Amino acid sequence: MIQMENVTKQYANGVTAIKDVNLEIQDGEFVYVIGPSGAGKSTLVKMLYHELMPTSGTIKIDSFDFSTMKPAEVPFLRRHIGIVFQDFKLLPRLTVYENVAYAMQVIEAPDAEIKDRVLEVLGLVGLEQKLRRFPDELSGGEQQRVSVARAIVNKPKVLIADEPTGNLDPQTSDEIVDILERINANSTTVIMATHNKDIVNERQHRLLEIAGGRLVRDEEGGTYGNEE
Amino acid sequence: MKSKVFFRHVKDSLRSLRRNGWMSVAAVSAVTVTLLLVGIFMALIFNLHHISQQVENDVQVRVYIDKKTTVKQRDELKNKLKKLDHVNKVTYRSRQQELDTIIGGYGSQWRMFSGDQNPLSDVYMVKTTSPKATITVSKEAQKLDHVVDASYGGRTAKKLFNSVDLAQKWGLGFTILLLFVAVFLINNTIRITILSRSDEIRIMRLVGATNSYIRWPFLLEGAWTGLFGAILPIIVVDVGYAVVYHSFSMANGASGYSLYANMPFLFWLDLMLAGIGIVIGALGSVISMRRFLKF
Repeated sequence: MIQMENVTKQYANGVTAIKDVNLEIQDGEFVYVIGPSGAGKSTLVKMLYHELMPTSGTIKIDSFDFSTMKPAEVPFLRRHIGIVFQDFKLLPRLTVYENVAYAMQVIEAPDAEIKDRVLEVLGLVGLEQKLRRFPDELSGGEQQRVSVARAIVNKPKVLIADEPTGNLDPQTSDEIVDILERINANSTTVIMATHNKDIVNERQHRLLEIAGGRLVRDEEGGTYGNEE
Repeated sequence: MKSKVFFRHVKDSLRSLRRNGWMSVAAVSAVTVTLLLVGIFMALIFNLHHISQQVENDVQVRVYIDKKTTVKQRDELKNKLKKLDHVNKVTYRSRQQELDTIIGGYGSQWRMFSGDQNPLSDVYMVKTTSPKATITVSKEAQKLDHVVDASYGGRTAKKLFNSVDLAQKWGLGFTILLLFVAVFLINNTIRITILSRSDEIRIMRLVGATNSYIRWPFLLEGAWTGLFGAILPIIVVDVGYAVVYHSFSMANGASGYSLYANMPFLFWLDLMLAGIGIVIGALGSVISMRRFLKF
């Protein structure tokens, strides 16, 4: 379970990106975080994987309490959650196979297990034919699939996707969200920050709307209105 | 760390070195140039020290014996010289041997002084336990009977001692300076390659790699860069030194001065070059990436 209590994030330049947000996300939920550019979506999501720390308030993800967590525990939190980025963040000098395997190597998994699991997830995202390609030899959609495969290879309980379709065409975006929904069907919690109206409206899930740094809507099956 | 994980790091570091292409070539080249300079100067400085020690040890006291001295008196003088403090060895050289040396060094025209015309004295060559003891030993020897004069080269020897002292101090200073320059240059090159890969380090952290897991391949990659960068300098210094050693031996064989023999000198020099490359490469990597590993 994910809990945020009275979470506020103020940057060093004085801008308050998130103001007093309270929310709870249960295991196995699929949640959209929506809002206009600059609303604070990314700040909220980045706090969940400890890229940013709240100025005040508490965040808990399962047994990880951010307020008491030591820096050395951060890698273990990040192994507990999978992260998909808008710009994919693949290691440029590693092949598709190696990029996905890297996430398992850091948890010191045995080679045989790595091989089986990496091939399995690459099959799941439809990239089993491109194992030896490097990221710059792939299309944006394919790179995002690798990013998704890497995020789920360790079977995380939570998957955080920060604008995963931001750089993709509508058809590829659909395919990526398809994959995320399939992952969610296997009881992984999925939190997806997006401003893609079509996806949010067509594939309805719980919706958290951020505006001016505040949580202004928390609605099950909500749709994008005419907010922007 | 498990050995399996360590070997994975070794494999990853070599793969990364290969895939970084020109960046790796640039880093290895920078190490090569630096270590080449270090290798040449080290060989030069060590041998300067070696030769200066030989020159220093060659300084002896010449005790000139009165021409009227009998053989028995001469033997007594030898015993007295041997009993002086700091005296190591006393060798007799006849006036004819002295003349032969002059003829050998300055030419046959000196032959006209052979036989009764020889103006030189018989001498005792006194070797002291330390070069600087020649001054006191020569003073003591002058006080003995049947000694016309005793010299240790006087101002020349003092100058030599000062020059040797100075050369050794400068040599040491220059070596330290050169090592600092090597550390600075290699470290800077490695730092630039790490800076260009700061995004990679960030991604590794985001997928849950611990700092030590990220650090190891970079540390090993730095060490490989240092080691590969040392190969060419080792070859050049080894081949160059063998040529110089041969030429020096041919030219200075008669003088008795020599450079360090190829082995084990080159073995230690090579080991030092490889060691400097590896240590500075590895440390440079770890130090450069420190700032990217803070939470």
